Amino acid sequence: MAVLELQNISKHFGAIHAVSDVTLSLEPGEVVGLMGDNGAGKSTLVKMIAGNFRPSHGTMRLEGKELVMHRPVDARQHGIEIVHQDLALCDNLTAAANVYLGRELLIGFGPFGVLDYASMYQRAAQLFKELKSETRPRDLVKQMSGGQRQAVAIARTMLSKAKIVLMDEPTAAISVRQVAEVLHLIRLLRDQGIAIVLISHRMPDVFTVADRVIVMRRGRKVADKPIADSSPEEVTGLITGAIEKV
Amino acid sequence: MATTLDQTIAQKQHTWLTQIVSSQTFWVLIAVVLACIFLSMATDSFATSKNLYNITRNFTFVAIIALGMTMVIITGGIDLSVGSVLCLCSMVLAVTMHAGYSIEVGILASIGTALVIGAFNGFLIAYLGFPPFVVTLGMLSIARSLAMVASNNTVVFEFGPDHNLLLDLGGGAWLFGIANPVLYMLVLALLTGFVLRWTRFGRHIFAIGGNEHAATLTGVPVRPLKVAVYMISALSAGIAGIVQTGWLGAVTTNIGAGMELNVIAAAVIGGANLAGGVGTAFGALVGAALIEVIRNSLGLLGINAFWQGTFIGGAIILAVLFDRIRNFRQSD
Repeated sequence: MAVLELQNISKHFGAIHAVSDVTLSLEPGEVVGLMGDNGAGKSTLVKMIAGNFRPSHGTMRLEGKELVMHRPVDARQHGIEIVHQDLALCDNLTAAANVYLGRELLIGFGPFGVLDYASMYQRAAQLFKELKSETRPRDLVKQMSGGQRQAVAIARTMLSKAKIVLMDEPTAAISVRQVAEVLHLIRLLRDQGIAIVLISHRMPDVFTVADRVIVMRRGRKVADKPIADSSPEEVTGLITGAIEKV
Repeated sequence: MATTLDQTIAQKQHTWLTQIVSSQTFWVLIAVVLACIFLSMATDSFATSKNLYNITRNFTFVAIIALGMTMVIITGGIDLSVGSVLCLCSMVLAVTMHAGYSIEVGILASIGTALVIGAFNGFLIAYLGFPPFVVTLGMLSIARSLAMVASNNTVVFEFGPDHNLLLDLGGGAWLFGIANPVLYMLVLALLTGFVLRWTRFGRHIFAIGGNEHAATLTGVPVRPLKVAVYMISALSAGIAGIVQTGWLGAVTTNIGAGMELNVIAAAVIGGANLAGGVGTAFGALVGAALIEVIRNSLGLLGINAFWQGTFIGGAIILAVLFDRIRNFRQSD
């Protein structure tokens, strides 16, 4: 069964049709590359799945149940995690603090709870180990490399049982070796049965790691096919509009 | 040999020693201690119990507000209104008690005033997106003006039926001969330190100062927290105002004038970073102590009081210089 289904989703900002009539579905353990030029509607589409925007038309279903979200926090509660393009990390905090940001573990009851440092260090260390990252829980994010920062942002998505992870340009602006690390992390997530949407401009990354590619142009979905049946040339044509639709 | 998970967890970037030595607060503390040792030897009047009593009491008012200010600075904000809020809260207390109400009513009215002002500042900053500098600059003017309105710009020195209780609250020494204001300061500092290190609230205000956008995205309630820190800052000014009223035994509409600058100086000397994300409660106390020791020592050494500003300003720049040097080393 599809973990997420979008049916005829549209988003209008006044007269601007950012996303028009998009229908798609995500299977568990599947990596979907979402491609398109700037302004094609990728981010708007993703922001609807992330709970930042509510669709103007259409419905979203999570595991068959209709999904209505009002705030980004709702998405997390439904098992939808986002790795933001800027990673949304606080440089002044430790790796563990960043992993647990917004959902810190407490000892004690209600308003009198104090931070449970030991458990948070413990769990964060486990996550970094699973990710085969050298990141240590007490390290300040300020002093980390791009790959380590990615690992912290990705570890965050593994805290709770995520069903879907949305990754916004995770390989932009990092070194070649770190790109390989990130693609490896994406595979690790996929192997846990998580559905991953990889938003990217980088053709090689999508063709390396994705199972399926979805191309957006001018707010519409113009392609949705297995990677094996497509080629970088075709996708480029679809993005620029040289190929109308497949 | 493979490292176990526990070893990884225990792994720190600094040992406790390098951690301490690399902190600005530590060097400022050393400066305070050295200055005290030097003054005890150079003058007969410094190490007297009377002078020490004076110093500890004098810096508490700045220190108490610096605790609240440190929280605001950690979020990346600033509160310029604290001096005026101190004045208004003192005046509300004085006028209420002068009108014949009990000390409890006076303190409640005073603290209520502080919280309302803090909530107003915080609301404008957090929800309407005003720059903190502008809002609190406006409040600096408004609060002092309201204090003048409340008192008709007179000096209030009679505090009704609980007159003596108020004077004792601020001027007494209930425990081991330590001035009461010092006790309040210590309690508030411990509380602030605890909140910053051990509560979710504390963690979140560091996150706001480190990367406000990230805090929002990860579900930290940024706006309510910002309102809360400005309320805490105003509250700290209100508490200092109440204690200072008891200590002075009289309130004029110019108390706390220019105090915001000393408070900010204390926080910054103590290691708070105006860019946000860094600061400690202990640092606020140490910073306030250094300023007071400088002031006191210049007087005792017979140096012209006009030099005071130069020395305090120099201390601000020197303290931050340590931080810069450390950053240069790290970026190399």
